[in-house]
Amino acid sequence: MITLNINGQNHDLDVEPEMPLLWVLRDRLNMTGTKFGCGVAQCGACTVHVDGESRRSCSTMVGDVVGSEITTIEGLDGKVAKAVQTAWQKLDVVQCGYCQSGQIMSAIALLSMIEKPTDADIDAGMEGNICRCGTYQRIRAAIHEAAKSLA
Amino acid sequence: MRFAQICLRQFAVISLSVVFGTALLFWQASNNLSHGEGTASAADSLKAWDKIATVLENPRCLNCHQVNSPLQGDERRLHVPLVVRGEDNLGVPGMRCTTCHSQTGNNPTSSVPGAPHWSLAPLEMNWQGLSPGDICRQLRDPKKNGNRNAEKLVTHFAEDELVGWGWTPGKGRMPVAMPRAELTEHVKTWLAGGSECPK
Amino acid sequence: MLKMRQADMPTSRRAFLKGAAVASATFVLGTFVPFGRFALAEGDAAAPKPVIDPNFFLRIDSDDTVTVLLKHLEMGQGVSTGLSTLVAEELDADWSKMRFDHGPNNPKVFNNLFFGSYIGTGGSTSMANSWTQMRQVGAAARAMFVAAAAKQWNVPAAEITVENSVLKHPSGKSARLGELVEAAMKEPVPQEIKLKEPKDWKYIGQKLPRLDTPGKTTGKAIFALDFRRPNMLVAMVARPPRFGGTAGKVDDAAARKIAGVVDVVQIPSGVAVLAKDTWAAMRGREALTIDWQLDKSEGRSSDEMLAEYRDLAGKPGLKADRRGDAAAALGNASDVHEAEFVFPFLAHAPMEPMNCVIELTKDGAEIWGGSQFQSIDDYAVSQVLGTTPDKIKIHTLLSGGSFGRRANAFADWAVEAAHIAKAIGGKAPVQLVWTREDDIKGGLYRPMVLHKLKAGLKDGRITGWQHAIVAKSILVGTPFEGMMVKDGVDATTVEGVAETPYQIENFAVDVHNAKTEVPVLWWRSVGHSHTAHVMETTMDELAGKAGQDPLAFRLSYLKEGAREAGVLKLAAEKAGWGKEMPAGTGQGIAMHHSFGSYVGMVAEVAAQEGGFKVSRIVAAVDVGIAINPDVIAAQVEGAIGFAMSAILRNRITFKDGVVEQGNFDDYEPTRMKEMPVVEVHLVTSAEPPSGIGEPGLPPLAPAIGNAIFAATGKRFRSLPFQGPISA
Repeated sequence: MITLNINGQNHDLDVEPEMPLLWVLRDRLNMTGTKFGCGVAQCGACTVHVDGESRRSCSTMVGDVVGSEITTIEGLDGKVAKAVQTAWQKLDVVQCGYCQSGQIMSAIALLSMIEKPTDADIDAGMEGNICRCGTYQRIRAAIHEAAKSLA
Repeated sequence: MRFAQICLRQFAVISLSVVFGTALLFWQASNNLSHGEGTASAADSLKAWDKIATVLENPRCLNCHQVNSPLQGDERRLHVPLVVRGEDNLGVPGMRCTTCHSQTGNNPTSSVPGAPHWSLAPLEMNWQGLSPGDICRQLRDPKKNGNRNAEKLVTHFAEDELVGWGWTPGKGRMPVAMPRAELTEHVKTWLAGGSECPK
Repeated sequence: MLKMRQADMPTSRRAFLKGAAVASATFVLGTFVPFGRFALAEGDAAAPKPVIDPNFFLRIDSDDTVTVLLKHLEMGQGVSTGLSTLVAEELDADWSKMRFDHGPNNPKVFNNLFFGSYIGTGGSTSMANSWTQMRQVGAAARAMFVAAAAKQWNVPAAEITVENSVLKHPSGKSARLGELVEAAMKEPVPQEIKLKEPKDWKYIGQKLPRLDTPGKTTGKAIFALDFRRPNMLVAMVARPPRFGGTAGKVDDAAARKIAGVVDVVQIPSGVAVLAKDTWAAMRGREALTIDWQLDKSEGRSSDEMLAEYRDLAGKPGLKADRRGDAAAALGNASDVHEAEFVFPFLAHAPMEPMNCVIELTKDGAEIWGGSQFQSIDDYAVSQVLGTTPDKIKIHTLLSGGSFGRRANAFADWAVEAAHIAKAIGGKAPVQLVWTREDDIKGGLYRPMVLHKLKAGLKDGRITGWQHAIVAKSILVGTPFEGMMVKDGVDATTVEGVAETPYQIENFAVDVHNAKTEVPVLWWRSVGHSHTAHVMETTMDELAGKAGQDPLAFRLSYLKEGAREAGVLKLAAEKAGWGKEMPAGTGQGIAMHHSFGSYVGMVAEVAAQEGGFKVSRIVAAVDVGIAINPDVIAAQVEGAIGFAMSAILRNRITFKDGVVEQGNFDDYEPTRMKEMPVVEVHLVTSAEPPSGIGEPGLPPLAPAIGNAIFAATGKRFRSLPFQGPISA
């Protein structure tokens, strides 16, 4: 039995420690906001926060995050998260939207560590999140917008 | 284009390191580490270093002893996605080593490798573009080897968990060919013989 | 291979893609009531049951919520917002009350008016085919509410106004739409509908917030892969390593030992492992040992295929376009320009891999998935299950991109799921999941294409142009063959070269249909994804040889007042075409007409260490009436972000018949740092709206290639643009 703290709630799960967090979230807990895109930590669609930092859940064994605080898109809270989601909505960033949970999680992690990211910070910090629809221009603008609203 | 980028980047690194390497050669010439346990001649030391060097050039070691971004895979491509060193050798906000790499081990499902204290080697431990001799001089210089004396160097090769990952790198990656115990013996010989370095 | 219902398809390609006139003719309002009512919250005993089958475009709830049932798949292109805009405009609904859902696969209601009796989303036709129809839906509903209010208030209908979902009479009486639902439903559907004059539009032409944004920024939106059924099993399929292969002997003993694996079945496309969750299915599949039969498979490498293409290009082909006498004109030229362009196979790689849930019913099946051509998917599944399409109920769900992959003439994912469900006797609902590797290696690629051309110049003018194209046809052998293949010429192979708007007197286009087991499919902008690049690169090269400005040279070959010229000029003006550029940087221009829309682009690039950086793209777009300028801008931005990957590096290559790429590391889409700054400018127009899902893509590669040439003197022809930048 493995206990995971997800979005402030403990879940007792009968899973193997090697099971990827992504599939525990999606298939065991039916928390489908976290997406499967590549399965090999290339695209960032599965990004969650583990103790406040971004983590690709497809490449995270649940055994590794026992005792950690896991946050998914469904459990977002706090002013940075709110600012990011508001900016995303204001600028209508999304197209297909499939990558956007991960984009938002990465943007929050970035803004939590750098208050006013430059374009170069955004290039480097968002490098791991692929958007096949090509919404990058708006993602960049929304991160700047969120930073401005938090200042 | 990517290939060209890598070539150019490597060219730049090599040219830089030739300059630094030459300078180092002069002022570090007598900077050998205190001898470790055992006895060995300078010739034995040099011979042992040649063996050690074959291991250090393995992608498992070399890929993370890089200037700004690690390389990836047996083909030593620039890491995809591109990651950069950052202030603590662990990446930048949003793209940390731990964003993808586990601190406990390789991921059997995604094949993303992992090991304790997974990180880029500190900048002063960069090997990219260095000759075996340059790497050798760097390794015996406490200012550039993480302040390790002979004993600590042996421990590093023999016991460090991230170094050990080189022998268990997981699916799709070539492990270090020389057994770890053998490598450790070569390190001991190299040190005992005076940590001699080739020109 | 599907051979189906061809009689139902419009026979002319023009009708298929451009037949705006079909729209009003096919709309028969009298056959259905255009709105119904939702049940209220579940479990509320007092809630009225849905009173009509939801085979209709519109539902209005007592709380004023207006739900538009989409006849097109929302896959990111913004169609949910677009179709709802048209309804809301004529209904005078409050935008904040608008919601959407996908309509069922009832072809009598939800067919694409440009596709005959087929339901389908593609060819950038969604807004164009719905332009009149969806406004009529809104207007008809509005008239019924007004009639109901007139009766209740005992006032003339003409005195009632509607604004933001509220009906008002000068006497002071007012009511919300929701209050009048029951009364309005009793009104007859008006037989004559008057649509608003453009000057009275409140929503059309405005930036309205997208309706799908809230769900997609909170993780609440349900994509196909997020759908769950009780006791559902997850299936993954091991497929042959080469196209055309089949599974022989299977050893599944190890797979069956993995905890969670429930069953292993053989199906035509391979061997399926069924498990209680995705992870177990993945590991089960890895544990299979399969003896693949590859005798009939494609075993060649990419360079061998290309050698065959080159061989074919040297021979006479099928005639795709003939104007004047190109051969004779080339003989009269003082300079003959020759060029070869190679385009690789490309995977669509939408972020959400192929998947669906299928559950067998007593006489058919229900499917939940990102269905894009529902009328092909239901038919194909019915064939597998030995029933008829009307017994296959498709619940269309949001899909995480498509770029053509889900609009699939073979219904590969739905067919595969149906075979699995059938093989296990329907004992459980099945969720078929493709991994990214399955997607990259699984085919239905943009075809590999070879273009070879000769163009003659004399006194700065083009004398003649001979052009050969070699590719595997997308449409031969599909239900679309009868409609879009004439005398062996697949329109999707030659579109953009054949019928070029450039007024070239002597012009000949030949096509060769190459044969391979590698399955091919339309990829965002279809044939235009390669033809535009060839035409616009060549026009640039010819302008250079003629010593003329690339913009002026193009304009001199376009008809006076052509919409092509309009977007070229607007892009040039907004970008500052011809301005002084710093050393190592340059501007390039290109234009292309596709899917009824016109896009001009000016690219600005800078040479940089080992390659180039695209810094800015200025796009001018003519889509006729711009229903939502912000969604249009987003589609152009997105097409640029998508196309960059094919310009920078993407290619699917074969080594002895095996695809060499496998995931986003070696088939790496554009990333943040590579995205140029994009500016989109719209041509003001009163023409009916045309599509914008695809037309933003074709001019990008040539605009960038031309800019690289201007910056460095290096001319890239084949895609991707790889190799040293110094000439």
